[in-house]
Amino acid sequence: MSTKYSNMTVKAYRRENGRIGVRNHVVILPVDDISNAACEAVANNVKGTLAIPHAYGRLQFGEDLELHFRTMIGTGANPNVAAVVVIGIEPGWTKRIADGIRETGKPVAEFSIEQNGDFETIRRASWAAKEFVHMTSEYQREECSISELWVSTKCGESDTTTGLGSCPTVGNMYDKLLPEGITGFFGETSEITGAEHICQKRAINEEVGERWYKMWKAYQDEVIFAHQTDDLSDSQPTKGNIEGGLTTIEEKALGNLEKIGRTSQYIDILEPAEAPKSGNGLYFMDSSSAAAECVTLMAAGGAVIHTFPTGQGNVVGNPIVPVIKITANPRTVRTMSEHVDVDVSGILRREMTIDEAGDALIDMICRTANGRNTAAEALGHREFSMTKLYRSA
Amino acid sequence: MSEIPHLLVHEHADNVGVVVVEGLTKGTDMLCCVTHDNSTFRLTAGADVPIGHKIALKDLKEGDTAIKYGEDIGKIIADIPKGDHVHTHNCKTKRW
Repeated sequence: MSTKYSNMTVKAYRRENGRIGVRNHVVILPVDDISNAACEAVANNVKGTLAIPHAYGRLQFGEDLELHFRTMIGTGANPNVAAVVVIGIEPGWTKRIADGIRETGKPVAEFSIEQNGDFETIRRASWAAKEFVHMTSEYQREECSISELWVSTKCGESDTTTGLGSCPTVGNMYDKLLPEGITGFFGETSEITGAEHICQKRAINEEVGERWYKMWKAYQDEVIFAHQTDDLSDSQPTKGNIEGGLTTIEEKALGNLEKIGRTSQYIDILEPAEAPKSGNGLYFMDSSSAAAECVTLMAAGGAVIHTFPTGQGNVVGNPIVPVIKITANPRTVRTMSEHVDVDVSGILRREMTIDEAGDALIDMICRTANGRNTAAEALGHREFSMTKLYRSA
Repeated sequence: MSEIPHLLVHEHADNVGVVVVEGLTKGTDMLCCVTHDNSTFRLTAGADVPIGHKIALKDLKEGDTAIKYGEDIGKIIADIPKGDHVHTHNCKTKRW
């Protein structure tokens, strides 16, 4: 069925693997924490590049190491990234990450520091980065169907207005665009607690719903109950949530789930930072509810635009993915407007319907895809936070 | 709606609503709106309640269940008169 959304297009970068990106970054990617300095030096030498320093990558093992590789490779592979320079302390893991990114077909160069030192590594990597900047800065945007976008969501500093306004706005967007063929991500495993019975029913079929429940239950048993030291009422909801009027985890979870709208169903479940493999549709990613960690994982999974409802005013951004902030809280609009991309506070005044708010968000998604910088981009918010599963060796 | 509502309620089954204006004071004759169908009713605020916080739509007794979105959001742990503030001091999760 053709709708008013079917013919919408965006101007985006077509990548070698067929996917579309809405930004054109040349990323200088450290394999590990001790390569951050070299990466930042390269980014300082060559304008138009972006170093993504982070805290990990040494002496990790098992599932935690796999997640590290998946996050690094997924970040480099994201279609918002045009080319990547990978720098690590030694050649083995450096090659593994560079080769993983190369599977997309995009240009990748790799350098390791041992037996070269920072100076020589920076010199050689800077030459490669400069070539990538010349090449990729000539890439042109082309007209693409909106259906090709991969759009993620996660809310933060939630309050009661997120459940009334900004989360249903995202839900309305998904109800309209998922049938057109976009790929969507939601997650925040711990914050579904209190509404897990409802979330399980939003799976496309019973088998997916059961797998979802098993994943959620494992998180409860292995993380929450294994590590809790007291009644969690003081940290879930958070202090900010409570200040905003949210009283219980159930109330928070029900508001959170408004992000998947009325009709959308998830078709599969993803590991943290895993890329979807079951075709177009909505995916639940097992992920932290901490804003920067969650956005980082979804970006590594391949999302190119993130929609972020907030109540009390979360300011998070991401180095490679534009984060669109939506709020319905008139106080947040009044006090923190520099962080707000889509003001839907009219919903609370009953001057704006959820349908109109959903259309306003779709319009902002298109403008952002076409190149408009989000508030988080303009303010330099580039939070890149890796999820770590347990202590390193 | 010509008048801006003071309180929004998700579903008719709910027994709490959310204050959506800043600076609400005790005694205010609130316009309340059920977002499900935009039907309205009036209720007197029993306390100064900040924006985003909840108000009881009827007398709630200790042991009752707080209902929002038409769903169970926790237990009432102290009696709350109709119109009064509902928050962590008188409502708590059933989870832990």
